[in-house]
Amino acid sequence: MTETHRRIQQVSAADLPAHVRALIADGFRLALVAAHEDPDVFRVVYLFTAGAPDRRVELELRTERDAPQVPSLAALSFPAGRFEREMRDLYGIVPLHHPLPRRLIRHQHWPTGWYPMRSDAGPSPPFGSTEEAYPFLTVQGPGVYEIPVGPVHAGLIEPGHFRFSVVGETILKLKARLWFTHKGLEKLAEGRTPADAFPLAERVSGDTTVGHALAFCLAVEDAYDWSVPEQAGVLRAVLLELERLYNHVADLGALCNDVGYGILHAHTMRVREQLLRLNADVTGHRLLRGGVLLGGAHVAQLPTSGDLAAIVSDVAEIVELALRNSVVLDRFTGTAVLGADQAREIGALGYVARASGVDIDARRDHPFHPATTQVASVTRSEGDVLARFLVRAGEVRASVALLELLLREARPGWAIRDRPRRLPGGQVSGVGLVEGWRGTIAHRVEIGADGRLARLKIVDPSFLTWPALPVALNGTIVPDFPMTNKSFNLSYAGNDL
Amino acid sequence: MTASGLTAGALAATAGQLALVVGGAPLLVGLMRQVRARLEGRAGAGVGQPWRDLRKLLGKEAIRPDGSSWVFTMAPLLLLASTLVITAVAPFLSTVSPVEGVADLFAVVSLLMLGTVALALAGLDTGTAFGGMGASRAVTVAALAEPTILLAVFALSARVGSSNLADIVESTLTTPAQVLSPASLLAAVAFAVVIIAEAGRLPVDNPATHLELTMIHEAMVLEYAGRDLAMIELASAMRLTVLLGLGANLFMPWGIATTVAPLPLLGAAVVFAVKLGVLGAGLAVFEVFVAKWRLFRVPELLAGSFLFGLLAVSASFFLA
Repeated sequence: MTETHRRIQQVSAADLPAHVRALIADGFRLALVAAHEDPDVFRVVYLFTAGAPDRRVELELRTERDAPQVPSLAALSFPAGRFEREMRDLYGIVPLHHPLPRRLIRHQHWPTGWYPMRSDAGPSPPFGSTEEAYPFLTVQGPGVYEIPVGPVHAGLIEPGHFRFSVVGETILKLKARLWFTHKGLEKLAEGRTPADAFPLAERVSGDTTVGHALAFCLAVEDAYDWSVPEQAGVLRAVLLELERLYNHVADLGALCNDVGYGILHAHTMRVREQLLRLNADVTGHRLLRGGVLLGGAHVAQLPTSGDLAAIVSDVAEIVELALRNSVVLDRFTGTAVLGADQAREIGALGYVARASGVDIDARRDHPFHPATTQVASVTRSEGDVLARFLVRAGEVRASVALLELLLREARPGWAIRDRPRRLPGGQVSGVGLVEGWRGTIAHRVEIGADGRLARLKIVDPSFLTWPALPVALNGTIVPDFPMTNKSFNLSYAGNDL
Repeated sequence: MTASGLTAGALAATAGQLALVVGGAPLLVGLMRQVRARLEGRAGAGVGQPWRDLRKLLGKEAIRPDGSSWVFTMAPLLLLASTLVITAVAPFLSTVSPVEGVADLFAVVSLLMLGTVALALAGLDTGTAFGGMGASRAVTVAALAEPTILLAVFALSARVGSSNLADIVESTLTTPAQVLSPASLLAAVAFAVVIIAEAGRLPVDNPATHLELTMIHEAMVLEYAGRDLAMIELASAMRLTVLLGLGANLFMPWGIATTVAPLPLLGAAVVFAVKLGVLGAGLAVFEVFVAKWRLFRVPELLAGSFLFGLLAVSASFFLA
């Protein structure tokens, strides 16, 4: 277990922007912003992270209870502006001079002045009438028309409303409206013991079971200074890569399917099914539930080199067939380009960032086991659908190579220390950073003296990457949207907690 | 054979042709899906699935969107009726037909266009973005595809001196060498591309997709349900069959009856079914290996096929 050093610093509202500016200049990125309700004060924690070496800095800002407000950092960091809007919707903490001071998470039919995360919020009130229509920007001009899509879609897709302003077939502007299914997960976790909250973390997003479960465990273990056995780190890394594999394989096929190349989709579904069955053998659950545990990990058996080699060669063949088809290549190439500057500014994560040349990967930047730093870096600079396709293909190879390395040390069975060496007396906090298959997942917990969670803050990479989708789509044609959306494949569940 | 006997026989031929196409079109679609499924390593739903779907849809009420007008209601009827007329007059089983004069090149193309326009208007009539989007795309494709059908068949009719489809088929039967003439080969290529575009197959349109934003034909008919949808599904399958049938008989007419005697008609029906089965399976195999083109490249494809049609016409005049 690598020791992580988290520096916690109290700041005043006046000093905050200067601190943030210095941190960003120093290569830090804003990973998480969480508000906390203390007895007499609102406390906002800004978590900044940087890799090589692993650095984590927390800025803590206190604001009065009656009229909570913070200086907006939107001008310094785009993600900060989004976190502030989230915080305002859930806690009623007002970001001063925010450039876009409107609702993000709470749709218009949620009553004004009711903030669900506050301790005095009570049960959720009935939905009021929509006080104001959602301020969609109307693009005007000759021949401009709108295509509203969703929130109910054909196929098994989570709810999201997309409004395209289009001239001819070219997209002038896309507005993605999400947050149709706010579940109140973070609120639900409050007051639970870490063990009771663990199933919630495991179910944040069905396809990221290991990622979120592991980030939660790391956060709790960080808070309790709970060192887990060496072997547990190995097994956790194995499970994380298995999750990446089956999701990337499914995406590779789905991208082919979206350009009408069904045969490759059929074959990736076959490979995915093999992987899911392998998952079931490893953890007893096709989506890998029950593998990562608080304090350790458990696997019933481990994949063999042969299994993995067969999968890698199958995937390589599928990718080669896709690229050999000139129509598929033509559809992917140059479609929906996200520039490196755009990706960096928006704070995009995972394969989306890496396909645009931004090499950010928590396996190297914030390793929980030293072996994961060995993972090969897969980046492209083009930022188009093809780049996102190829990064996934490359990550499948890199994942299997890492697995080969990990499997040398891994032993099936239990590797767990079921309780921390000693329980701290007072309130503690901890952070877990994990490179899930979509990108870096951040969990931050605060645990009270009674051993119950005072706060769980979850940041799925989708929350940070979603704004990149409309940017990439500018100037793309409407029929290329589904394919582009699939190449991002962002989570709705992880975004809307 | 007396004149009345001839008419009765011709009527029987037409009736048989109608029955064969109406009954067989969904089976052809089922066959194509099944071929595709098997080639992709899937089990497939079976050749009879489109008929089962139709039976299910026919048993359901037709829900029509609020505010839609008679245009929406009429479109499925118009589409089905116009396709039925083409089916009745086209020379599929016999070159002798009671409605011979109607089997004219221009009449057939106009009837195809009538169905396309009816659907496009219905798409617009729903007032939804998808309907309008699909209609706009479908008209773009049709505006390029229909003239190409006209040109391709025109190249064949130039040497016969008649725009009557039955005459063209008969002429090919008497001088089979025509099939290998440059005009005929060029026209065949143009016609093949147009069939793919008109019938909404890959790489122009993906009939299997659920992604509304990429659809052409399916986007126009998204609002249809129950009986209306059944009519549209049946008519679409019939249009595919008719287009493939025209392609088969214009360029490979062998097997078609030149009389209306029962035995040749029966033989012609079998040969026609086999020809369509082979063509349909071939199209399905082709579809497995192609992906869908970027929408803006479809006009390029159709412009190319139009050029083939034009060359075919030129060739039929200058190389004849």
